[in-house]
Amino acid sequence: MKAPRFEYVRPTRLEDAIGFLARHGGDAKAIAGGQSLVPMMAFRLAAPRLLVDIGRIPGLNGIAVDDDGIRLGALVRWRDIERSAELQRAHPLLVEAVRHVAHYQIRNRGTVGGSLAHADPAAEMPGIAVTCDAQIVVVGPRGRRIIAAAEFFAAALSTTLAADELIIEVQLPPWRDNRRWAFEEFARRRGDFALAGVALFYDGGADGTATNIHIGAIGVGDTPVRLTAAESAVEAKRITASIIRDAGAAAAASVKPADDIHAPGEYRRALLGVLTERALARAAGLALREDA
Amino acid sequence: MTAVRNVYIGQEIERTEDFRFLTGRGTFVDDYEPTGLLHAAILRSSVAHGRIRKIDASAAIKMAGVHAVITAADIGEKIPTIPIRLAPIKGLERYLQPVIATEKVRYVGEPIAVVLAETRAIAEDATAEIELEIETLAPVPDWRVAETDSTLLVEQNGTNVATRYAVGSGDADAAFAIADYTRREFFHAHRHTAVPMETRGLVAEWDAANERLVVTGATKVTFFNRRALAAMMQMPESAIDFIEIDVGGGFGVRGEFYPEDFLIPFAARMTRRPVKWIEDRTEHLQAANHSREIDCELEIACRHDGTILALRGRIHGDMGAYTRTNSGVVPAKAAQFLHGPYRIPAVKFDVAAYMTSKTPIGTYRAPGRFEANFFRERLIDMAARDLNIDPVEFRRKNLIATNEMPYSIGKLVPYENESAYDSGDYHVALEKCLAAFGWQEKKNLQGRNIDGRYHGLAVTCFVESGGAGPRENVRMLLERDGRVTVAIGSSVLGQGLETVFAQIAADALELPFEAFRVLHGSTTLLDEGFGTYHSRAVVMGGSAILDGAKNLLSAIRAAASLQFNCRADEVSIDGGKAKGPDGRTLTFAALAAAAGPISANGTFANAQRTFSYGAHAAHVAVDARTGHVAVLDYVAVEDVGRAINPALVHGQTLGAVVQGLGGVFLDHLIYDANAQLLNASLADYLLPTATDFPHIRGVTLELHRSPSNPLGAKGAGEGGMVAVAATAANAVAAALSSFGVQPNDLPLSPPRIWQLLRDAASGRQRAP
Repeated sequence: MKAPRFEYVRPTRLEDAIGFLARHGGDAKAIAGGQSLVPMMAFRLAAPRLLVDIGRIPGLNGIAVDDDGIRLGALVRWRDIERSAELQRAHPLLVEAVRHVAHYQIRNRGTVGGSLAHADPAAEMPGIAVTCDAQIVVVGPRGRRIIAAAEFFAAALSTTLAADELIIEVQLPPWRDNRRWAFEEFARRRGDFALAGVALFYDGGADGTATNIHIGAIGVGDTPVRLTAAESAVEAKRITASIIRDAGAAAAASVKPADDIHAPGEYRRALLGVLTERALARAAGLALREDA
Repeated sequence: MTAVRNVYIGQEIERTEDFRFLTGRGTFVDDYEPTGLLHAAILRSSVAHGRIRKIDASAAIKMAGVHAVITAADIGEKIPTIPIRLAPIKGLERYLQPVIATEKVRYVGEPIAVVLAETRAIAEDATAEIELEIETLAPVPDWRVAETDSTLLVEQNGTNVATRYAVGSGDADAAFAIADYTRREFFHAHRHTAVPMETRGLVAEWDAANERLVVTGATKVTFFNRRALAAMMQMPESAIDFIEIDVGGGFGVRGEFYPEDFLIPFAARMTRRPVKWIEDRTEHLQAANHSREIDCELEIACRHDGTILALRGRIHGDMGAYTRTNSGVVPAKAAQFLHGPYRIPAVKFDVAAYMTSKTPIGTYRAPGRFEANFFRERLIDMAARDLNIDPVEFRRKNLIATNEMPYSIGKLVPYENESAYDSGDYHVALEKCLAAFGWQEKKNLQGRNIDGRYHGLAVTCFVESGGAGPRENVRMLLERDGRVTVAIGSSVLGQGLETVFAQIAADALELPFEAFRVLHGSTTLLDEGFGTYHSRAVVMGGSAILDGAKNLLSAIRAAASLQFNCRADEVSIDGGKAKGPDGRTLTFAALAAAAGPISANGTFANAQRTFSYGAHAAHVAVDARTGHVAVLDYVAVEDVGRAINPALVHGQTLGAVVQGLGGVFLDHLIYDANAQLLNASLADYLLPTATDFPHIRGVTLELHRSPSNPLGAKGAGEGGMVAVAATAANAVAAALSSFGVQPNDLPLSPPRIWQLLRDAASGRQRAP
């Protein structure tokens, strides 16, 4: 369980980092917190010849909140988000989701950009990005481009990021005052990757109707997904027990998770329905009557 | 000998080891770094069953930093096999494991080659450069396939059925024929194993000038292992030292003789360099003993009033690819412990052990017991429900009474004599468990749905053996400074035995606890030792210390008599001083300074096992929509006869319960139909973490001492484990009783419980 041999550089300028990635093509890999890449190297599932440590590049660890939304630098660590009073107000859903990331030792190291680039289908940050219509800002030898989260995740552990591009920032649209939200996930143990998870928010009208509903799921496919059928069941309606049931059923019906060693796909699908119901009930402040 | 005043025995003394461990002064095998060290990495089979067509290490050996590559061809004409240490059941000896694969590989993880290099990383790089061709053969993924003998793991044996035998007492078939009530069920205990904090590891050093070998990192059964290695390497035993240093947990798995225990010393002799091998976590999960995988068909016969008349059943043990040192224990004890703490006039068990193309089976804390209690206690709860008898009353009715002790269960193990439970009050233990748990107060929660969580309660009873013979030995040495060194044949794997042995010795010699230094395990200390397994260290080692102390006091009297010019029997001893008939006194230190260090040996031999016993109770809440089980309360009660250090016994109990709950809900070695192990990492092999099971209580009883050893102690290391699957599964069944769900297959993972509920809802029955 020792990593294969590799070279290591730690540039302090973004263009140098991109230069290394561009020159070494697929043989180079950017590293920030190292919480996914290093174990993969130890298991010899990844064997980059060159690690480009981007941890010393200035300007990538900022958290900015303004009228246009929230901008998180690629090097923002989970603990920075957890401890940010500003984000607790500006994006409570993000903060709640991040609290579910692994264990505190890992949250001390892991980064926003690293999680997005790693693209684990059960990871929280990609789920939040997809649910919240995030924009991912990347830079490469051909310049800067912005990729919508919905276009970013290609497959399990695979993104549309080119080998010579780096994520520098993720942008989340502004949060509104009348917003209701919830995050629910189910993992075998605290800190494990979720067997399924749901992030959702909507804007609550004075008459109790939900608009602008966004529901996203993790752990039920190759990538995080928006649950549009479940959203349709809720959009512009008053949330009631029966709407919640409908949304849960729609969520479960809209995914086809594969079987794996942790759970049969059918279980994850049913679990997603339950979590959708629970998340909606929590957001709406309703008590669910739960029998089997 | 003066009466022991028990200043220390029974006290919750802080562990002497703790200072060393908590301040980073512990020395574990990977901390040992002799100069000139080569690091070993082992190329293991990635194929479950295959024929080796070609091994070519020529590219690997040319790599910079690589010193040597060892394959079967380097070891000699005859490849040694690993001997059986425990449970020599006829038939198992035909499947001994060669120390390295030769013609065939039979499980994923079997050693094929050893690379020796300047660093472990280089050695791992080189394993990838060994050219290997294996012709894949049909795998034998489970005992049902094994039984067909359609593919043979060892062709010359003509069968994969390693052994079949029947044991029993009374006439079970006759009892079944006349019983008012019978029920038969099928149960499955799943493959999982111990995952100690510290993996296995060895450093072997060859002294070419003197043709001596030193193996550091040995533990558990060092003397047996030295004997085995000496035979394999054709060396005299006395030319090999096994050195035990700090060990981070064993739980049955660490310290048995494995292929690496030959390969690493062999590599050191071959290269004339010290060689280190530290097992990594993936290797541990692939290569160290697996355990627990047993199917059981069990049938109970009762009167209408719940009186048990007979128990009969079949045990099917999946042994994996080879018989290792203690493999036979697992199915044999799974059969023996089906009897449990109940008065059962007739039992009949058929046991079969099958070879499959998976990692070999060996003992894991509470081997066979964890499984047997699960099988029996599940069936008892079902029978009680069928007969409309309260499950607690059912148990009360059938528990063996104190006045029936010793209670013979007959000869239920082919390689042992008839067994008899030694002492105890099984009823009181059950009542104490119910009281500690608050059974009366919680009873109204049984089966209730509160906010979508179904609550369930269960209590189960168990009996557990410990203290295996044949002997243990100690050497006690009064040093010139008045302190006493205790050198013992027991091994220490992190349980705190240095503290416990010092407590026993301090009371026996009436000296302060601080006067003792305990050395353990290493073969350099004694001529013979038997180690630590089967909860035997305190029972056997502790009793040996009493004998050693008695002999040391005699030796002290003899030495003092020369100083006092009197007869030895005229010397009295009190509080670390020898006193002559004329009233002169000498402290032990002064005596040793004058007469030189004084030593004595002690031994304790015993063929009787101790039988601890007790009851466990659990309160769970099941989320019926996700299948998640929350353990809201767990109480484990065990009578250990005598607790030398109650704090350490309590720690054993809590640790064992957590480990057991892991075994019920999380731990699972998952194989696919091709016998590929799918989760050989701690990302996918789920161990309980600190926050998973926070509500656990342990109650240690000292009601009935064991009559078979002078301490009166019974084994105390495994009672927290034995009944966990039984109790947790019964609590889940009770919670979901309104659905008619019977959790008879472990582990109780959320998907499994969810599936059971779904099957129950759709009225489907599980096929046996």
